[in-house]
Amino acid sequence: MVLCCACCGLTAALLPGQPVAIYHHLFGDGRRGAEGMDDLSEKNRKEDRQDVNGANPDWGGGFGLSCADIRHIDASEIAEAVYKLCMKVTCVLPPENIAALERAMEEEKSPQGRQALARILENHRLAGELMQPACQDTGIAVVFIELGQDVHVCGGDLNQAIDEGVRRGYSEAYLRKSVVHDPLFGRVNTKDNTPAIVHLQMVPGCSLKITVVAKGGGAENMSGLAMLTPASGVEGVRNFVVDQVRKAGPNACPPVIVGVGVGGNFETVAFLAKKALIRPVGERNPNPKYAALEEELLREINGLGIGPQGFGGSVTALAVHIEAYPCHIASLPVAVNLNCHVAPHSTVIL
Amino acid sequence: MTIKIETPLSDSVVSSLRAGDEVSVSGVMYIARDAAHKRLVSLIESGEALPFDPRGQIIYYAGPTPPKPGQVIGSVGPTTSGRMDPYTIPLLELGLKGMIGKGYRSAAVRKGLIEHRAVYFAAIGGAGVLAGQCMKSAKPIAYEELGPEALWRVEAEDFPAFVVYDAYGGDLYEEGTSKYRVC
Repeated sequence: MVLCCACCGLTAALLPGQPVAIYHHLFGDGRRGAEGMDDLSEKNRKEDRQDVNGANPDWGGGFGLSCADIRHIDASEIAEAVYKLCMKVTCVLPPENIAALERAMEEEKSPQGRQALARILENHRLAGELMQPACQDTGIAVVFIELGQDVHVCGGDLNQAIDEGVRRGYSEAYLRKSVVHDPLFGRVNTKDNTPAIVHLQMVPGCSLKITVVAKGGGAENMSGLAMLTPASGVEGVRNFVVDQVRKAGPNACPPVIVGVGVGGNFETVAFLAKKALIRPVGERNPNPKYAALEEELLREINGLGIGPQGFGGSVTALAVHIEAYPCHIASLPVAVNLNCHVAPHSTVIL
Repeated sequence: MTIKIETPLSDSVVSSLRAGDEVSVSGVMYIARDAAHKRLVSLIESGEALPFDPRGQIIYYAGPTPPKPGQVIGSVGPTTSGRMDPYTIPLLELGLKGMIGKGYRSAAVRKGLIEHRAVYFAAIGGAGVLAGQCMKSAKPIAYEELGPEALWRVEAEDFPAFVVYDAYGGDLYEEGTSKYRVC
């Protein structure tokens, strides 16, 4: 089967059992999407004029390396990298998370809120020192793979390699095993925290980037998605996002990080919201319009009064991150994926 | 000021607590979450004995990480309590006096707290290391096959929590939020 990439017209073969090809070209650099929409049609027109076998300067000089230059990465290296990430991801938290919590401590007006933040900061410091999970919910492992198109994974199955890394990491780091084998019938714990949830994207180049997110259930359960209509506009998106955080209240372990997806379609908008959560806390969307909306939403959410742990206060969220993507003329999908203040994630590039 | 309380909770202690109070809990508590609650309530429904006597006791909604060598228990912060709402009233009817978790409870549970004179506390969500350090002993007493969802008996010392819903209808979440809401 051959798919045609919606954003550039490039065709790609869809391999049996590999539906990931639909992500091809969508999120490769994490910054493509609606912020580039202004020049998209012009870009497409230019690309339409190119011979698909020839070099295209807009794509960085064609299809990359010749077949002889393909880089081989053994599946065992991937398993090892995932294992190492799992060993530290819930204990050593990203420094920007800690910095955001320290800023929250300065800004928080409520004494109970400050007390909660002080305990959280002390807890997170101890977690790193003792190499013990900051939170008992060490999540289901969500693994983002950005696979360079000049990489050949050899020596084993990529998905099995990821699960092997998760299995070893969760066991050796004394993390909680929180996965059941079937959502509805039996709900028997798989006892090794596999399978992981894997998001595989093809990107240009010959490296392989792995991000492990140990995504807890509490904040995840308070996430939501709406298929708004274009008439709802910015106001509709704003109301949905703020309402979602209001409804989550204390359940999502505030102060939260709010991941927002806008555009795409039903499944893509949820993916965008998740992807927004792995951006370093507080880093703004490069598009000034979305950056301004992020700041506006953060102000509004912090005006809800929920505060740290829901005890009342002026810091309900540490950051709002929006990821956007072009969408159908009939649609305005929006999704909110919440993260607690622990927000464990860690990245390595092979 | 922190109010020190000990389990089992007497009616007079429960009656003295108000939403917003900061407490530190010492004594025996039982740790149970989703799957353990399902089993406990099915025992109650079929008239069978529970693995522990809930009278005067506190259930802490949590699922710990495995202990590292030398530890009593791993990280053990609170889980979201609302998932246990459908199982709570039968336990209150048997004399359960306290629950510790995080997040909202249903209207039915809040009414049950008033009717059965019981109290709901919140611990700090995400502060699992600190919570684990308050546990002086820990032992799974049933349902070990559920892994992190087993039923545990723990002895806590100065475990910090806040009264969220008291036995009079007081509500820290509502009171706190309305104080700082600006829109």
